[in-house]
Amino acid sequence: MSIKKTLFDPLFNNNPIALQILGICSALAVTTKLETVIAMSVAVTIVTGFSNLAVSLIRSHMPNSIRIIIQMTIIASLVIIADQVLKAYFYSISKSLSVYVGLIITNCIVMGRAEGYAMKNPPLMSFLDGIGNGIGYSLILLFVGVFRELFGSGSLLGFTILPLTNDGGWYNPNGLMLLAPSAFFLIGVFIWLVRTWKTDQVEKE
Amino acid sequence: MASDDSVQKTLIVATLLCIVCSILVSSAAVFLRPLQEENKKMDIKKSLLLSAGLLKDPQAPKEEILDTFKQIEAKIIDLETGDVVLNVPVESFNQRAAAKDSAHNKMIKKQDDLAGISMRSKRAKVYFAKEDGEVNLIILPIHGKGLWSTLYGFLALAPDTKTIKGFGFYEHGETPGLGGEVDNAKWKASWKDKTVYNESFEPILDVVKGRIRPGSSDAYHQIDGLSGATLTSNGVENLVQYWLGKDGFGPFLAKFRGGAR
Repeated sequence: MSIKKTLFDPLFNNNPIALQILGICSALAVTTKLETVIAMSVAVTIVTGFSNLAVSLIRSHMPNSIRIIIQMTIIASLVIIADQVLKAYFYSISKSLSVYVGLIITNCIVMGRAEGYAMKNPPLMSFLDGIGNGIGYSLILLFVGVFRELFGSGSLLGFTILPLTNDGGWYNPNGLMLLAPSAFFLIGVFIWLVRTWKTDQVEKE
Repeated sequence: MASDDSVQKTLIVATLLCIVCSILVSSAAVFLRPLQEENKKMDIKKSLLLSAGLLKDPQAPKEEILDTFKQIEAKIIDLETGDVVLNVPVESFNQRAAAKDSAHNKMIKKQDDLAGISMRSKRAKVYFAKEDGEVNLIILPIHGKGLWSTLYGFLALAPDTKTIKGFGFYEHGETPGLGGEVDNAKWKASWKDKTVYNESFEPILDVVKGRIRPGSSDAYHQIDGLSGATLTSNGVENLVQYWLGKDGFGPFLAKFRGGAR
């Protein structure tokens, strides 16, 4: 597979959330505000990239019986480092992400790509696959985050777009957008849109 | 070399991996710790100043925060007696750690535990903002259970100990947009100049469900509830009631009114 295909396929053709249905949990949890979405996206992309790289580097020395444990150890270490860096340099964002950074460890995308791709492919391609899948994940998070923050809080990145009635404006915010189910609806809509565009993704009856 | 799946190789790989990972993780933790501690301290200072209304801009630079903080004086008090404790270092006192330390905490009786915190530190760090040598704000740390999380914040009172001058939380995990609206600047501003005590200094602050009836004679001690967040609103009311009550800062504020400064 070409570099371009490895990197960009996960955006629409093989999106981790829309097609592989991985990593839904965190897509629900952190998408009420765009700022946290961006921080989460960057963190997941970096962690997926480097965990794929590390797993791929040692793939030929990996005893089969403990390979999942090895992958988890690598992922967990990277996540802890990412969390520490956020706490040190982006304190307010790390505060609003709170426990979810730690939960990147359980994000199925990271593990799924390590086991499904990095175990069989050379380091550079694995790294790109990780970055690509991270970007694919980010794409959905951004889509969901824009809608949820705009219609749930009337703002984007904290800047008021629709003045809320609470603050003397005209927009009455949609409370559903702030609750987890709305992310399900939005992801559903996204999958619908992608599959209308790329009809080969529609599952056969 | 043994095959990948031999016991020997498995052990070697596992050990090496553990060593490498633990070195990476622990060095990240050790090198970044000072920065993180610094951030945490600055954040609490900032939110204290924001809650007290001494700082207006939440994005204020570090220098401005530290400069504004110079007018604040912190003291450790004994919650039981309300007296100032002098033999405890003020700077390093950690009320949250003390609340969990059996040597320094107190279990709160079920019927008294309005804030839902079940134990508290015997001592508390209170802050005074001074102007021309006179105390013009008393800033009290408060915390208690909302719907999902424990809310931590500050309540600033005028020297009469009855009038709210500022209020805000710096840490909570309530639902963004619903209970998370405790951070709404407009709502926090509505706390200003409300009265927390009646004539006999019993806490009377009331977060009502919905909006205060216009023209109500009780409006001076009532605050609009947060819509869609009744449980968080109740939690906030209860924790304020608790910390102003006889088990909280009641004795300290009584002494303060009596002239002990």
